[in-house]
Amino acid sequence: MAKRIDVNGLTAYYGTHRAIEDITMHVEPGAVTAFIGPSGCGKSTFLRTLNRMHEVTPGGRVEGKVLLDNEDLYGPGVDPVSVRRTVGMVFQRPNPFPTMSIYDNVAAGLKLNGTRYKKSELDDIVEKNLRAANLWNEVKDRLARPGAGLSGGQQQRLCIARATAVEPDVLLMDEPCSALDPISTLAIEDLIDKLKTRYTIVIVTHNMQQAARVSDRTAFFNLAAIGQPGKLIEIDATQKIFRNPSVQATEDYISGRFG
Amino acid sequence: MTRTAERAAERTAERPGDRIFSALSRGSGIALLVIMAAIAVFLAIRAAIAISRDEGNFLTTFEWDANADPPVFGIAVLLFGTVVSSVIAMAIAVPVATGIALFISHYAPRRVAATFSYLVDLLAAVPSIIYGLWGALYLVPRMGGLYDWLDQFFGWTGIFAYDGTPARSLMTVGILLAIMILPIITSVTREVFRQTPKSNQEAALALGATRWEVIRMTVLPFSRSGIISASMLGLGRALGETMAVATVLSPSFLINASLLESGGATFAQNIASQFKEAGSMGRDALIASGLVLFLLTLLVNGAARLIIARRKEYSGTAA
Repeated sequence: MAKRIDVNGLTAYYGTHRAIEDITMHVEPGAVTAFIGPSGCGKSTFLRTLNRMHEVTPGGRVEGKVLLDNEDLYGPGVDPVSVRRTVGMVFQRPNPFPTMSIYDNVAAGLKLNGTRYKKSELDDIVEKNLRAANLWNEVKDRLARPGAGLSGGQQQRLCIARATAVEPDVLLMDEPCSALDPISTLAIEDLIDKLKTRYTIVIVTHNMQQAARVSDRTAFFNLAAIGQPGKLIEIDATQKIFRNPSVQATEDYISGRFG
Repeated sequence: MTRTAERAAERTAERPGDRIFSALSRGSGIALLVIMAAIAVFLAIRAAIAISRDEGNFLTTFEWDANADPPVFGIAVLLFGTVVSSVIAMAIAVPVATGIALFISHYAPRRVAATFSYLVDLLAAVPSIIYGLWGALYLVPRMGGLYDWLDQFFGWTGIFAYDGTPARSLMTVGILLAIMILPIITSVTREVFRQTPKSNQEAALALGATRWEVIRMTVLPFSRSGIISASMLGLGRALGETMAVATVLSPSFLINASLLESGGATFAQNIASQFKEAGSMGRDALIASGLVLFLLTLLVNGAARLIIARRKEYSGTAA
C-alpha cells in the first residue's frame, strides 16, 4: 500500500557537518515526487533519511521527524531494519548481487528475517515482480544465470524488481538513470509511471527533463554556498515548478542560469 | 589509422625504459619456471634412486629404516600425520580466522579494528621455533583437561580415546598449527571482506537485512574464493611446518587410532629430525618423502583452484 510521508523539521548531520537543515514537507501517496537541485544540495542525503540509510554512514545522524502514515520512523524503539523493509530503495549504480542468479536477486529480500516461502510461491513472486519491472520477457529463459551478466539498464530493472518483491510502501530512487543510456532511461521512466499506482515514489534526479516527465510533484533543494547545509527551497506540482515557480532561485536553476 | 597505430607501437617498443622493464619482468617469469623445474627435477631424480632401492613398500610400509641395509621405508605414517594434523588445524583456524576477520572488517569500531589488525600481524611475525617451544613447554602440559573431556564424551568413537600420556600428539600439533596459520588466514580474509562493494552491502541493507544478513548475503559469498585462497595459504603452511611440529610431537612410526595419543610423524618434521643422522641413502629417502609433500601441496592447490573456477561467473569479479 502506498503511504504518505510527512517530514517535520529534519536536519541531517555527517559528524558535526550539517548536510541538510530544517526540512519540512510532505510526500503524496501513490504519486511520484522528484527531488532536484545542484550537486551537494543534500537531496540524496535527504532521500537516505527517509529509509534510515543515512545513519549507516559513519557519523550520520538525524534530528527531526519523518512520519510514514503518522508513524515516526525515528521514534523510540523503531527498528531501522523494519523501516527499510517498508521503504525500499534503488541506487544510482545498478547493484545486483554479483554472487546471485537473476532469480535469487529478486528473491533475495524475501529470504530475510527468517521468512520461509514455498518454492512455488517464490516462483510466482519472482515472475510477478520481473513482469512488473518489464524485464520478464528478456530474462525468463535465463533466470539461473548471474544477474551481473545483464546490461546496465536490465540490471537496474532487476534492482527495481528486487526492491518491489518485498512489497514496500514507498520506493526511493537515487538518480536511478544517471548511469544508463537514453533507451534504458526511457524504459525505467515507463516503469516508474507504471509503478506509481502501487507505491509512493520519490526520485532524486539531476535531469530536469526527467523530473518534468515522470513526476507529479517536484521539490527544489539548494545550498547557500559550498559547505553550507542544503535547504528545501520549494515543493509544488511539477507543472507549477517548471512553468511558474514561486521562488526566483527555482526559476534560475530550471532555466539553466546556475547549477 | 592502422599505420599510425603501428608506428606508435614501434615507437613505444623503442623506449629504453619499456624495454628494460619488459625484459626484467619477462626474466622474472622465466626465473620462476627455472626454479620450479630445478626443484622438481632434483626431487624426482633423488627420489627415484631411493624408491628403487626401497625394500619395503614406499606407500604402505609403517617404518623408516632408510639407513639400514637393505633400506626399508614408507610414507604411510608421514602422510597420515601430515594430513590429520593439517585437517585439525584447518578445522579450527578457518572458522576462527573468518570470525576475527569479520569482527575487524564489519563489527569493531575503527580504533579497536586497527589494534586487532596489528595484533594479528604481530602473531604472524613470531618465528615458528618460538611457537614450538611454547607448544612443548606451555601447551602440552595443559592439554590434559581438554583431552579428558574429549575422552569422556567422545572417547567411544575411538579417535578421541585418551590414556593420560603426555599430550605430544597429533591433536596438540593440530591445535598449535591452527594458532600458527591463524594470522595469515585472518589478514587475507580481512582484506577480502573489506573489498566487498559498499553498493552491494547497501542494497542488502535497503532490503531490510540485519547486519548478519548483510554479511551472509553479500560479504561471505563475495569473499568465497578469497576465503578459499586464504585457507590454502594457511594449509600450505600447516602441511610444511617443521620446527614447531618437531618440537611438540614425540615422533613414532605408528598410526594411532586415537588422535590424542602421543606419537605420529609428519613429512617435514621427519625430514628435520632424521636429516643429520642420515647417510646418503637416508637422505634420498627423505627427499622422496619431500617429493610426496610437494605433490600433496600441488594437489590441494589444484583442487582449490577448481572450486574457485567452478563458480567464477558468480564471484563478482566479472562485473
